[in-house]
Amino acid sequence: MGQVVLVTGVAGDLGRRFAAQLSKSPVVDRVIGIDTVPPRGDLGRADFVRADIRNPVIAKVIVRERVDTVVHTSVAATPAASGGRTSMKELNVIGTMQLLAACQQAPDVRKLVLKSSAAVYGASNRDPAMFTEGMNAKRLATSGFAKDITEVESYTRGFGRRRPDVAVTTLRIANVIGPRITSAMTGYFRLPVIPTVLGFNPRLQFLHEQDALDVLEHATVTDVTGTFNVAGDGILTLAQAVRRLGRPSLPLPGFAVPTFGSAIRQTRRADFSPEQVAFLTFGRGLDTTRMRSMLGFEPSFTTAEAFADFASSVTPGIFGPERVLATESALVGALTSGRGSRG
Amino acid sequence: MGDAEIIPIGTRGKPGRGTGDEKPSSNSRSLAAKAPARRPAARQPSPAVSEPGPDDVRVPAQQVQPKQARKTAPAALPQTGSTTADDHDTSLPDRAPVTADHRHPAPGIPPLEWLAALTSASKELFGDNWEPRLAHFLAFLRRRLTGDYTVDDYGFDQEITERFMLAALRPIAQKWFRVEVRGAENIPATGGALVVSNHSGTVPVDGLMTAVSIRDHTGRFLRPLGADLVFRLPFVGDLARKGGATLASNDDAERMLRGGELVGVWPEGFKGIGKPFSERYKLQRFGRGGFVSAAIRTGVPIIPTSVVGAEEIYPLVGNIPSLARLLGLPYLPITPLFPLLGPLGLIPLPSKWLIEFGEPIRTDEYDVGAADDPMLVFNVTDQVRESIQQTLYALLMKRSSVFS
Repeated sequence: MGQVVLVTGVAGDLGRRFAAQLSKSPVVDRVIGIDTVPPRGDLGRADFVRADIRNPVIAKVIVRERVDTVVHTSVAATPAASGGRTSMKELNVIGTMQLLAACQQAPDVRKLVLKSSAAVYGASNRDPAMFTEGMNAKRLATSGFAKDITEVESYTRGFGRRRPDVAVTTLRIANVIGPRITSAMTGYFRLPVIPTVLGFNPRLQFLHEQDALDVLEHATVTDVTGTFNVAGDGILTLAQAVRRLGRPSLPLPGFAVPTFGSAIRQTRRADFSPEQVAFLTFGRGLDTTRMRSMLGFEPSFTTAEAFADFASSVTPGIFGPERVLATESALVGALTSGRGSRG
Repeated sequence: MGDAEIIPIGTRGKPGRGTGDEKPSSNSRSLAAKAPARRPAARQPSPAVSEPGPDDVRVPAQQVQPKQARKTAPAALPQTGSTTADDHDTSLPDRAPVTADHRHPAPGIPPLEWLAALTSASKELFGDNWEPRLAHFLAFLRRRLTGDYTVDDYGFDQEITERFMLAALRPIAQKWFRVEVRGAENIPATGGALVVSNHSGTVPVDGLMTAVSIRDHTGRFLRPLGADLVFRLPFVGDLARKGGATLASNDDAERMLRGGELVGVWPEGFKGIGKPFSERYKLQRFGRGGFVSAAIRTGVPIIPTSVVGAEEIYPLVGNIPSLARLLGLPYLPITPLFPLLGPLGLIPLPSKWLIEFGEPIRTDEYDVGAADDPMLVFNVTDQVRESIQQTLYALLMKRSSVFS
């Protein structure tokens, strides 16, 4: 018999595509996707149940459907999706508590996969170059998504202690990027002029959207437990990324960024929360040794390849690679021919 | 002259406005040439005043039209320039005297001249074999502009470090400080090693000079460990990461050493570079010995390094602790020249430098648990510190004077 998997947050793009992909897996019998609103796309062979994870009804769904694996992907990173910071916090933290409470009561649950985020490590000038899973944030988050995800992880650890028979896998995923996904990061890179923090050039790591789906599926169908960083190989600095897009950047002095950030947030085109600004100032790197050795997962895209795939979906800016290359060859051609004609 | 051409208005060639007066009217006088107008006007008005008057009015009337035509015509044309062949083709058709074009050279430089200038400039810059070199340089520029370069996990940008940072620091090391390097053979050619050095000079120039010397004598890049303050400062932190630095923490140090890098550490930290001039060449406390435990855990040799000369570049004679606290800095230096001479006081004094890389201290003989034995770590720390201090005294004896 195969697994019966419950996936939360299927109204979100990543959650929906994950449910659809998982429903094709041969080892999975049934996929039940739940969310407060119906998904806006194809769920594959997965069933949709409209339910709020903040409501105890979720416990009945888990028991009735004899769910043995729960994949929690609904922790939202930006307030825009859930309509305000208050409801975002409620969905993230209270929703997780309710879901875990329901899982604790359900005798059939054998596995829990939490889609967490690298944001738990925060970003500061005291950060090590690469975070391993055993490290904590150097500055504890006091608000926003970073605080939510830290609390969600600690509740999940608590659940793991109370139900030692349940295999708990936490995936700390780097910024997901790709041609189809919309996130705070893709919104930022789609801005026509990319604001940066003057004098800082953070190191960034990306995970391709397909790799994000694959690692969730991998964690769902294998029996590995623990906490794992998931990111593509290598590092891109912000300056490199901006140049690869060919877009102009707008360096802002550090003190002006919060004001500017809140103005940008009003437009809803990109997220400039304090933790996002810290990330764009100091950057972050994840050590993915455990992902390879223990989780046994190998991303198919490196950081640079994932970003290139994203960049191919964006119209190149005025300093696009083709244009620069054309200028270069024109210049070389003109100079060499100029010399040729003069002997 | 030109009597026939004067068109008589009213009084048959007499001055004035036809009132029949002998004297010209005030308007007529103001039109006439100024100098001869007054005195002779009383006695002999007609030749002195009357002729220049109408003449001056008429002569411009002849010239104004061509002038205006000339002025407007080139403005309408694209301002290509004054000396090229374009002028012959597009200049006004049959106006012979329009040589005044040269007074208004167009602001642009014609493309052909640009090309010639560029060609000769690149010949000047890159020598005879300039063509492939220029192509190489342009390709480099293109790669930088399109972000088509790689940095390692710590943000180290080898290309920029090699081509700009080290290239800029090399003349300072060779010409200004005349750095003399001893014991470069003590640095292993491959594999991880930990360069431990004294720290001095108010501004961490000694780290940069050590990096240049190591690069020039062994071909290896020194990967410095910097305080968290470095990575908080705009530009400084970015440059430090580009130059291969990372945070001075056990995690990063061990990661780099395991990766086979040559890591540089200055255990005195701000206590070392911020110490007063009177305490020069007296080593401060060597932190908590974290560098020793990192070396023991990774089994790499420690290379005690002594730098003489850095103490004198900015002799620190005073400090403004209150202002430093306000700015979040560990100290705010006063040197004999700074801030007295303003920006000029930022030029380091040209002291003579000696850098000696000492005999490596092996750590691979200790077992893994040794890194958690505080007594052993303290002993090795003292051994490194003592070795550097003794070498400093020996080098100071060898140096004949501070500046030679």
